[in-house]
Parts: sequence; structure tokens; C-alpha cells
Amino acid sequence: MRYLSYLAIGIFFGIVMFKSEAASWFRIYEMFRFDSFHMYGIIGSALVLGVIGIQVIKRNNIKPLGGGEMSLKPKEMGVPRYLIGGIIFGLGWALSGACPGPMYVLAGAGFPMILIVIFGALLGTFVYGLLRSKLPH
Amino acid sequence: MEWITDPWPWYVAGPLIALTMFLLLLVGKQFGMSSNLRTACSALGCGKAADFFKFDWKEQRWNLTVVAGAIIGGFIASNYMSDNTVEINEVTATELSQEYNIDSAGEAYLPTEIFSTDHLNDPKILLILLAGGFMVGFGARYAGGCTSGHAISGLSNLQLPSLIAVIGFFIGGLVMINFIYPLIF
Repeated sequence: MRYLSYLAIGIFFGIVMFKSEAASWFRIYEMFRFDSFHMYGIIGSALVLGVIGIQVIKRNNIKPLGGGEMSLKPKEMGVPRYLIGGIIFGLGWALSGACPGPMYVLAGAGFPMILIVIFGALLGTFVYGLLRSKLPH
Repeated sequence: MEWITDPWPWYVAGPLIALTMFLLLLVGKQFGMSSNLRTACSALGCGKAADFFKFDWKEQRWNLTVVAGAIIGGFIASNYMSDNTVEINEVTATELSQEYNIDSAGEAYLPTEIFSTDHLNDPKILLILLAGGFMVGFGARYAGGCTSGHAISGLSNLQLPSLIAVIGFFIGGLVMINFIYPLIF
């Protein structure tokens, strides 16, 4: 039953990503050229509602279904990992036109070439795991 | 039937993405689409090569389930809810056509000049996709999250590290599109 809810949330997310065109290479290109408000509107409106909702959750101490704590752990502070890692991610995001959610959505939408991007992402994750102790964090 | 196939505007999509995050919080999980890559590496046996992948990946099966859902969602949306074309700003479309010979804006969901399987024997395109994916995977883990984990979850929770990461995402993206694209395409 729990897994069914994760699956349903994933399906919902996939439809939203595809229908909003956030999974389209064209929209990512357009965003980084500042030629459209579309992607900024999506991220911005999600963020405004996100900030409000999370404040409501925290102030009312709302718990997840079935108890436990909300997954809202503070992130560990640091600068190099977020900045350098972020820049590398951004380079890849713009080069492939896909980020980790949309790449799966596109696989389902029937674009076989995206499998190369997914393979690259797995490889990149693996190499990070190998080099982790040698990188500034 | 056009209302089904028409793309959703930002003011519909953004709130629905926020809803996705809240649904995941409600079932006790965090919205972040890149951690499944680590889970997958671990499940594939990478724990033998690096401690980073030595954890009980079975506890993280939920994020692989979300991925399976995203794949199904992509299938449903592209087959039943979309005409699979993306209209972008005309200025951008003209620029793509003139500068990079990418003419499929408005006719396809992804540029056929890059994502058509005709390019399976084009080493340059394969390298672009592989390198792009590699940097996405490497960068997301190094930065501890991707667009969903930092730009949505982290910023919604007012996390300074997420703001630094998002600034990084945009530095990288802007450099790639504005300075590196002209060199490679």
C-alpha cells in the first residue's frame, strides 16, 4: 500500500513534468537565454507555495501519515560542495537539457536516446562516490 | 479535446509540483529526484568499489518506486495527453535555427537534431548526451541534490546551502548555453 502511494505520486509527478514542458530540452534552453518566463514561473510559484506550506507544517507541528517526523532535516552547511557541485550540475543540465526527474519522464515518453543521459548520470554518481574523499566539501 | 493536449501553463504546473512535494512529505519522504541514482548504484553493487554506496539500499526502494511512477507518467502524458510539440519564444526558435540548425522547435517535444535515434551512430551527439548526463549525476551528488531537491525542497525549507547550490545551477547553465554551446554545436 505504501509503495502504491509512492508509485501514484511518481505518476502524478511524471504527468506534471511532461504537461508543463519542464521536461523539454527547448524549455531549458529558453530559460537559460532568459527568453521566457515559463520555467521561472513554474519554479517560482512552486517555491512560494512550498515556503508557505512548510511554515504551516512547522508551526502546527504536522506529522506524516502513520507518525514519525517530516523529512525536513536542515542541510549541512558548506560552500565548495554546493557551489562547485551546483555549477557542474548546471553545465550538465543545460548540455543534456534534462535533470534527474525529467530524464525518467522522457524515457517513459519514448525517447530512447535519453537512456544515454541516464547511463551518464549513473556513471557520474558512481565516479563521485569513488572520488568523494578527495573532493573539497 | 484541445484542453487535454494543450500544455499546462506555469501557474498550473508550479502549484502541482509543490503538491508533489507535500504529498511526499505526507508519506514521510523528501522530494528529491537525484538520490535514486545513488540507490541504483548501490543496488547494482557499487558498494564493493566505494563506501558511499555501502548502505541498505532496500530501505531506499521508495525512490526507485517514484522513478517507476515518473516513467509511467511520461508514457501516459505523451501518449494520451499531448500532441508532443513545444512552442517556445519565436526569437529563441529563430536563433536555434540560424545558429545551430535546430529547426524542430514547435514541431517536436525534444529537438530531433539531437534526440532522434538516427544519431545513434553520431559520436558527437552520443558524447554530448553522455557528458551531459555524467555532469548531472556527478554534480547532483556533489551538491547533495538537484533541481527538485534544492530548488524546490531546500529553498522551500529556507536552506542557505540550497540557495548556494541553485546559484551554482544557474552559473553552470548560463555558461553552458551562452559560452560553450557556440563552441560545440
